[in-house]
Amino acid sequence: MMMTQTTFINRRGALALAASAGVGGLLQGLPRSGQAAQQQKLLNVSYDPTRELYADYDARFATLWKAKTGDDVSVSVSNGGSGAQARAVISGLDADVVTLALGYDIDAIAKAGLLSAAWQKRLPHNSTPYTSTIVFLTRAGNPKGIKDWPDLLRQDIQIVVANPKTSGGARWAFLAAYGWALQEYGGNAARAHDYIAAFYRNVPVLDAGSRGATLTFTNRGIGDVLVSWEDEAHLAVAKGGKYDIVTPGISILAEPPVAVVDRIVDQHKTRAVAEAYLENLYTPEFQDLVARYFYRPRDAQVAAKYAAQFPAIKLFSIETFGGWQAAQKRFFANGGVFDQIYSGG
Amino acid sequence: MAAARQSGILPGFRLSLGITLFGLSVLVFLPMAAMVGDAGTLGLSGLWRLLSTPRVLGAFRVSLVCAALAAMTAAVFGLLIAWVLVRTRFPGWRIADAMVDLPFALPTSVAGIALSTLYAPNGWLGGLLAPLGIRVAFTVVGVFVALTFVGLPFVIRSVQPVLQDLDVEQEEAAFMLGAGRWQTFARVLFPAILPSLCAGFTMAFARALGEYGSVIFISSNRPMVSEIVPLLIVNQLEQFDFAGAAAIGTLMLVLSFCVLLIIMLLQRFVRTARDA
Repeated sequence: MMMTQTTFINRRGALALAASAGVGGLLQGLPRSGQAAQQQKLLNVSYDPTRELYADYDARFATLWKAKTGDDVSVSVSNGGSGAQARAVISGLDADVVTLALGYDIDAIAKAGLLSAAWQKRLPHNSTPYTSTIVFLTRAGNPKGIKDWPDLLRQDIQIVVANPKTSGGARWAFLAAYGWALQEYGGNAARAHDYIAAFYRNVPVLDAGSRGATLTFTNRGIGDVLVSWEDEAHLAVAKGGKYDIVTPGISILAEPPVAVVDRIVDQHKTRAVAEAYLENLYTPEFQDLVARYFYRPRDAQVAAKYAAQFPAIKLFSIETFGGWQAAQKRFFANGGVFDQIYSGG
Repeated sequence: MAAARQSGILPGFRLSLGITLFGLSVLVFLPMAAMVGDAGTLGLSGLWRLLSTPRVLGAFRVSLVCAALAAMTAAVFGLLIAWVLVRTRFPGWRIADAMVDLPFALPTSVAGIALSTLYAPNGWLGGLLAPLGIRVAFTVVGVFVALTFVGLPFVIRSVQPVLQDLDVEQEEAAFMLGAGRWQTFARVLFPAILPSLCAGFTMAFARALGEYGSVIFISSNRPMVSEIVPLLIVNQLEQFDFAGAAAIGTLMLVLSFCVLLIIMLLQRFVRTARDA
């Protein structure tokens, strides 16, 4: 009996612990006040596949900031499923900036009163300095001949994709598949529903996050195709994996936005450095960096330079579904389309 | 009257009772009350609507069935292992004995990763099983394997001391009185071990119900198929549905409490039947 009780406490306590560990970690750091010492710490709470990008960017930004202001800044990044990260920030993880997989998660933080509801208007391009889309990653040579969305429904195909309830990337993937079906069937929602239900029947494993799904596909050898972020697919290939990237005819314009968390930066007096941290992502130099980590840059010139890496693809946006709030409610909330397809609906 | 006598005998009875109650309240009851309170914000009809959805029911079925099967398996093999550890001395038994506790000490996520690496179709064991058409990792069987792994030491460690204390003379007496080996085990040894075996089973079962870390790595985590209740709770949290998570948690709490209560009553029944 005791055991159950303790496990329950552990699960509940884990939240508080995770939050306090974050806070504690920061408090142990150097003084963050605006005194002459000027050694600043910044916490970027990000989603799953960005770890490589921000590990590189953070070091470069620190050099740049030092040259510009003479101050030292050390940025640490926390990575995890986008929804989980947002929840951690709401529960008290001291994020100076958030760089998440989708606007809905930052909206949730805004709803909790940590930043302005108009956050997405504060930086150019919907506060998304880079975009991505959803593509297919197949085994080397594409042995099953997967070319486009209809191929995924074949009986002999196993699809690896993360759980859209927990993974932001998986939500984009779900919407990409559903959006394709809607266009294909002239907006017939019933047929799109059938498509997406058949799609998930071919999914043997639902990982909690995008990176987990990638590892299931690459390291565990499960499935014929990984449906994931374009950047994640490129990264798997760049890390020496023998895979082919297949770009479908139509996909979704995935916008992973960034924002400064007002309440935290005001407490930490880190607003200036936090804002610079995000604004710098838009400069040509760092647009080039994001392209090298396989995110589609916003800057037209940089985009032209990397055109070979990012094949032209017909993209539709989240507005197809009336924005994130509507899409979340219709597809991913309790009893939504995703629940229906698993409940035999 | 009993309390009055005890307070006389135990020094600082009131103080220790106070500390106990305070500790229990702060560490156990308060968090649980907070959870039940959170769940209460849904209202009765909201609770019913959420908890009666196929997905929630499916997760409870997966969790309860897997935990029960895993605890039973752990009970059988745990008893066997405990027996071997107590009754035989083989080279390296001390190391074997120490290894029993590994699942206690190992972070469960590490266990999950290790198990899924082993049982994946391209892993050592999974590679052998795959040609036979048996899949363990990324199926509900994987959930069962992980839960058995974490439950095993509970059984071994509760049975072991009882086995150690068992008098060999009893067995010898049974033998002298003409009992066969099987009869000796069934009528002399087993009744003596049974209460501790039940206790081990209960702990393994309770642990399995709440287990999260090792399962999510080896399970395919598909709703209605291999999604366990703790994962569903995390799912609710990640959708910012705190009340929903608390509601499922509360149901889990009530259910496990009932199951444990039943097992405890059974245990008492067994004990009184034996002593009678």
